[in-house]
Amino acid sequence: MITDRIKMILSGLPTHVVLIGLCLIWLIPTIGLFVTSLRPFQDINESGWWTVFAPRETAGQDVYEKYLAPYYGPDGKAVEGVDLFDPELIGEFRRSIELTVFLREQVEEGKVQLEELPDTQEMTELLAYLRRVSGVEDAASRPRFTLDNYIDALMGYRGRDSYVEDCAAGEQALDLNCNITDIMNPRGMGRAFVNSLLVAIPCVILPILFAAFAGYAFSWLHFPGRMLLFALLVGLQIVPLQMTLIPVSRVYAQLGLNGTFLGIWLFHTGFGLPYAIYLMRNFIGSLPREIFESAYLDGMSHWTVFYKLALPLSVPALASLAIFQFLWIWNDLLVALVFLGGQKPVLTYQIGNMVSSLGAGWHLLTAAAFISMALPMIVFFALQRFFVRGMLAGAVKG
Amino acid sequence: MSDVQVPEIMRQGKIAPWLYVAPALLIMTAFIVYPGINTFLLSFKNADGTQSAAAACVEEHLFNIDLDPNELNRKEVPAELRTQFQEHDVTLTPRARVEVKEAGNEWTIVDGRKKYVIQSKDQTLNVYEKEPCWGILENYRYALTAPIMLTAFRNNLLWVFLMVGGTVGLGLLIAVLADRVKYESLAKAIIFMPMAISFVGAGVIWKFVYSYSTGQVQIGLLNAIVTKLGGEPISWLSEPAVNNLALIVVGVWMWTGFCMTILSASLKSVPTEIIEAARVDGATEWRVFWKVMVPIIMPTIAVVVTTMVINVLKIFDIVYVMTGGNYGTEVIANRMYGEMYVSHQSGRSAAIAVILILLTIPFMIWNVRRFRAQEAIR
Amino acid sequence: MANVKYEHVTKRWGNVVGISDLSIDIEDKEFIVYVGPSGCGKSTALRLLAGLESITEGKIYIGDRMVNDVKPKDRDIAMVFQSYALYPHMKVYENMAFGLRQRKTTEAEIDQRVREAADILGIEKLLDRKPGQLSGGQRQRVAIGRAIVREPNVFLMDEPLSNLDAKLRVQARAEISKLHQRLETTFIYVTHDQVEAMTMGTRILVLKDGIKQQIDSPQNLYEYPDNLFVAGFIGSPAMNFIDAKLVERDGKVAVDCQDFALEVPEDKAQVYRQHLGKEVIFGIRPEDTHDADYFPTGITKSLVEARVDVTELLGREVVVHLASEHIQFQGIFDPRTEARAGNTIDVAFNMDSMHVFDKQTELAIR
Repeated sequence: MITDRIKMILSGLPTHVVLIGLCLIWLIPTIGLFVTSLRPFQDINESGWWTVFAPRETAGQDVYEKYLAPYYGPDGKAVEGVDLFDPELIGEFRRSIELTVFLREQVEEGKVQLEELPDTQEMTELLAYLRRVSGVEDAASRPRFTLDNYIDALMGYRGRDSYVEDCAAGEQALDLNCNITDIMNPRGMGRAFVNSLLVAIPCVILPILFAAFAGYAFSWLHFPGRMLLFALLVGLQIVPLQMTLIPVSRVYAQLGLNGTFLGIWLFHTGFGLPYAIYLMRNFIGSLPREIFESAYLDGMSHWTVFYKLALPLSVPALASLAIFQFLWIWNDLLVALVFLGGQKPVLTYQIGNMVSSLGAGWHLLTAAAFISMALPMIVFFALQRFFVRGMLAGAVKG
Repeated sequence: MSDVQVPEIMRQGKIAPWLYVAPALLIMTAFIVYPGINTFLLSFKNADGTQSAAAACVEEHLFNIDLDPNELNRKEVPAELRTQFQEHDVTLTPRARVEVKEAGNEWTIVDGRKKYVIQSKDQTLNVYEKEPCWGILENYRYALTAPIMLTAFRNNLLWVFLMVGGTVGLGLLIAVLADRVKYESLAKAIIFMPMAISFVGAGVIWKFVYSYSTGQVQIGLLNAIVTKLGGEPISWLSEPAVNNLALIVVGVWMWTGFCMTILSASLKSVPTEIIEAARVDGATEWRVFWKVMVPIIMPTIAVVVTTMVINVLKIFDIVYVMTGGNYGTEVIANRMYGEMYVSHQSGRSAAIAVILILLTIPFMIWNVRRFRAQEAIR
Repeated sequence: MANVKYEHVTKRWGNVVGISDLSIDIEDKEFIVYVGPSGCGKSTALRLLAGLESITEGKIYIGDRMVNDVKPKDRDIAMVFQSYALYPHMKVYENMAFGLRQRKTTEAEIDQRVREAADILGIEKLLDRKPGQLSGGQRQRVAIGRAIVREPNVFLMDEPLSNLDAKLRVQARAEISKLHQRLETTFIYVTHDQVEAMTMGTRILVLKDGIKQQIDSPQNLYEYPDNLFVAGFIGSPAMNFIDAKLVERDGKVAVDCQDFALEVPEDKAQVYRQHLGKEVIFGIRPEDTHDADYFPTGITKSLVEARVDVTELLGREVVVHLASEHIQFQGIFDPRTEARAGNTIDVAFNMDSMHVFDKQTELAIR
């Protein structure tokens, strides 16, 4: 019957509406940031990112025609002594508020009988229009999208304009060389990226290695008190990060390990081990015992069995663990803050440095954030399955 | 967990096994056991760890007064004393009473919460202000009664209810909905994706959403929507009424994917035939969900909830990055960090850490037990 | 009126065909069995009727109503699943009451119906237990109880006995048949076990690869199989199939099996005469293959010499594996037979029960 048919289709509709709605809400903030990161900083400060989708070319012209054209004429020269289309004049207005002030002055000086001034949003558009029309800036010189933010963030640029501009004009800051070595500038995201890698990779390999050994031992080796020891070990997962930071950093201060990579490698390894051992032990212990029995019957030593059997067979668990550990360390802030600080900034730390204490340069945050997110995103999408599998195998590390 | 019985044939060597576990044991002892005990002990010490925390209970010498000690032998506070106190900018309320500690030598003025000790020394009366003090537990006193800590506790409670409720509720909803559509994996990937981002990155993303400007042009998405609808822009991160909510939204955005994944796997493990039986029995989809599916996956829901509670109690990065704990958004873990690395009060910081652990321990134990029980059934 | 009708029903998932052009009429109060090997589509056919799968082509009617787009809960059917599908978190009482609660039945009526059904099935003492505390047989009864309580127009059962052990199964079969008589409702029963099908159904639908092979009473399926598949599927041990040719010998129609030729009884000869020269498959059931010394009287027999390979003593009969030069076949002999492995004996076929199938089309020649 038709009504039954329609009912079936309609009953599926709310599901789609809600689900797609939620997905959009989830995506929009990230998309917003991404679009923002590609805009020139003047644009970022003046308008929301969603305006990139509106055509820009005609904006402002209608404002001009509505408010100013009757007085200044279609060519901007109708009022004596003032040429609104003069690039030198318009070039002085860095921000729309300055244009407003100028126009007000004009009114006060009696040069023009403007009845009404545009509001803030319109003034921004008006200035943009005047800049285009006067030639201060043509469509090409301030493009809608730019990679400047990324370059600035990578190089650790701190000036008022952009890295590319400053270098072209020869006005770069003292710590910049205007060549490719600037990627390693300690204040830049480029250097921080390398540091993050230097932290993450050993911190993934070491715990996994130790955990595989220990997991094997707890599964298939016999030694007194192993059940108790294992239980204690797993119980160590309870100890929260915050509790271990203070004493360790004090010890490090005495040993001179603060601010070194070795220090943070050891810490992350230690902290990641309880969960890693738990996971590996469960996995290796669930491998069919007949495999091991027949290997021993054949005369293999423990080491060979571990190396040639247990390890290769545990690759799925190792992969899950590796991905988990990698993401956790890459995205960590607190530990890096405490043990490396500003001496060897990692990505998460460096993002905070993009902004000066006065708040300038916050457009660099956008690009910096994406630089830090690029690798985890790739890892995540490429290896989603392992990530999920690892998560389902046990509670996620908190 | 089940003990894997090691077959006879594999029991080789006494030393070998220890070689396998030694590296792990050593590192864990150094980095978890030792610091754990150390922090616990540190919580009983003062800021630079050199003395017991009780040393912080300082009696501060305020001023001296000139009074006939005999006047202090009554419960009533002599008017002269009030006047002299007043000269030193200390106002006693009408409730103030005198307690004689040692006739002629030491008295205590009790005024509500405040205490003043008057000692006779060299012919003058020295007045000390006595702070309430818990001796060796002084750091804990601070952690449990300081206003900023109370704000933090209140906030953490808010976080627990809203974020756990939000992530589990939304996670369940999305798990159910995604199961019915063809683009299931894409939808789940989108919701899950924020888990790959660092809290810092999320902080930046949402900073731009919450951006507030005084002018007419709004560059923050939320405020642009608000103004388009005719309202006034709100400073989401500093307005006390909404800033905690704004932060919690970020947390929910990040962690819903986690709950969704686990709950989805759990829902899928409900045997299809039971669901079909319920449908044939006449239940609407709504009823099938609430009366059949949810009760069956209740153990998993419980585990997810407790895991989230543990995570939320320890929340740090979001608050640190977005507001630094200001404007009334302070949370326990942030305080712990602040006391240690900003105020350099390591004793207090340790006490806060211990309290944090105590709060999370019951949930962790419960979680581990539940998980073991599930494993045993499998 | 709860008759059921399938009209040219097809079910496809992408390229895979589950059911192909199925058209059958099921009368009210019938006990019809869908039977066939795994993957033949019998469960699919049942689930299409239940509404648990969508129909690709065709129509299904329950009573006078076309139910293609009607949800399962509105079709007034009840189903017993192979795994019983009891709600693990509810007590037995609640399991049985669940369906009624969805329909806003009064508490009093629910109680009455549940207890009545429990009584019929003998599970009234189990009402307070949860499924996890019951044995397999008890769970199965609760599953049936859950269906009875709904008082539906049609009962659907998807291999409800396959999880029981053999002895219980036999018992349960009888109980279900009794239930059918008592409730006087249409029963549609799916099984892969042809013995079950034969003993329980008033009619049987045989399916293979999604295609209807034959729908008929058990007796007819046994005596008059329409095609090779049905002939080989029904009856255990399976029918003997021997490649042959229809020939004429001395004016009589005979089946030439290469090793031997068998004369066809006159009543059948008329039909077969029209197919002389055809390649056929000669079918004869083991129970119609006798020891020449001990065979029932009054049958038309044909004698053949064969070697005995293996004998299986079953007590009341002996299954004998026989072989001639090119052919192997089985017989069921009287227990007094003297056939032993290695001997050669005379075998008598009961030609009244012979079948001939066209080798190419596999259809019975009748």
